[in-house]
Amino acid sequence: MFLEGYGPLLWQGTMVTIELSVLSLLVAFVIGLAGAGAKLAPSRLLRYPATVYTTVTRGVPDLVLMLLLFYNLQIWLNDFTDWRQMDQIDIDPFAAGVVTIGFIYGAYFTETFRGAFLAVPKGQLEAGFAYGMSRWQVFHRVLFPQMMRFALPGIGNNWQVLLKSTALVSIIGLADVVKQAQDAGKGTFHMFFFIAVAGGIYLALTSISNLALIWLEKRYSAGVRSAEL
Amino acid sequence: MIGTAMMSIEDDVQQLGFFQDYWENFLHDFWKQFLWTDGYHYTGIAITLWLLVASVSLGFVFSVPLAVARVSKRRWISGPVWLYTYVFRGTPLYVQLLLIYSGMFGLDFVQAHDGLKHFFQEGLNCTILAFALNTCAYTTEIFAGAIRATPYGEIEAAQAYGMSKFTALRRIVIPAALRRALPSYSNEVILMLHATTVAFTATVPDILKVARDANSATYKTFDAYGTAALIYLSITFILVWLFRRAEARWLAHLQPRKH
Repeated sequence: MFLEGYGPLLWQGTMVTIELSVLSLLVAFVIGLAGAGAKLAPSRLLRYPATVYTTVTRGVPDLVLMLLLFYNLQIWLNDFTDWRQMDQIDIDPFAAGVVTIGFIYGAYFTETFRGAFLAVPKGQLEAGFAYGMSRWQVFHRVLFPQMMRFALPGIGNNWQVLLKSTALVSIIGLADVVKQAQDAGKGTFHMFFFIAVAGGIYLALTSISNLALIWLEKRYSAGVRSAEL
Repeated sequence: MIGTAMMSIEDDVQQLGFFQDYWENFLHDFWKQFLWTDGYHYTGIAITLWLLVASVSLGFVFSVPLAVARVSKRRWISGPVWLYTYVFRGTPLYVQLLLIYSGMFGLDFVQAHDGLKHFFQEGLNCTILAFALNTCAYTTEIFAGAIRATPYGEIEAAQAYGMSKFTALRRIVIPAALRRALPSYSNEVILMLHATTVAFTATVPDILKVARDANSATYKTFDAYGTAALIYLSITFILVWLFRRAEARWLAHLQPRKH
């Protein structure tokens, strides 16, 4: 029998891994843009908290932050609902995982976007203003598209790291592909085989993302002149 | 009104003191385990640093020749190294550790061989093996990139001096490449420190294992993992500082002029 009957479960696990990665990427992307904005803001009130956020989050291992946030999110919410004398709200573990990973990688995206914003030549923004564009128009017509071009390699890197770090959510009990493979291995006594299958699935996912990134980079560097030695 | 406001501030202050005592009690119970021992075994920071030093040193030793092989023009030499780094960089470290720790032990040829059986039975062996294989793959790519960036003039000069291929590698290419690789290498070492946290899944009593045990003994989730986070943060800062010193020493020729 194909995968000794564990095929559908592994497929489900793979879907959980992909959904978790993509949703966390979205959260991290939004946090990253906001964080980069805060880090580049003239106001210290915005800059300092953002700096603390990126330094601490990138200085502490993912897994420790995951355990810290994943369990404490529920405890904090319980404290809050107790205080407001509301009924207890149970956080869905999957949602907690998305928020946690998104929060962690938001710090990495903040640094990526900050560097990319700084890489856009100032003259282009000034040219935009000289044409009479508003701040918003300069942002979405000039700054943002140019910034994305510089940020793309960093985004790609972060995505690959994020995708691989989702393997850790099996430790906090989510039924991702690693957890399903472990269960299959325990059930059949073919642990090596099933873990290797999980590894192969990750390798396929990272390979596909690699190809997609190469394509995206080609697209976003349209109009960039390059010379070969 | 003012009276009640004062009351609540006093409450807050009292509560703050209460939390402080709470954490101090927690540290009082667990500081020794977090630092180096639970009375029977090495635990905590001692184990985490040992994991880091052992895997990073092993990875370094093997990555230098592998990096040289990786940049070789001959496909049958560079191909297998490419495959190795591709597989180990394309899969999560946790999966690699599971494969070695949970997977290998069940294989027939491991069961048949006493030495192998004993090796894979021990969580620490499996962890160091998995970590070394993983970091070696990343380090190989970092060094290979640095070797490729060698200015061709330096190699031509070495050849003009009549150096053999090996001598040129040993005297010119590798020392310069290692220096150039230092900033990326420091990143890899810090990522490796963070990656050692999965060791507890193979029953290795590192910092995070102590935190987990402390959590299940006291249910003080925030204290347990918060303490672990602070320790990891401090080690990260120390490593960053050490590598900054190293860069000031070995990359001094690239520093901006000070006068």
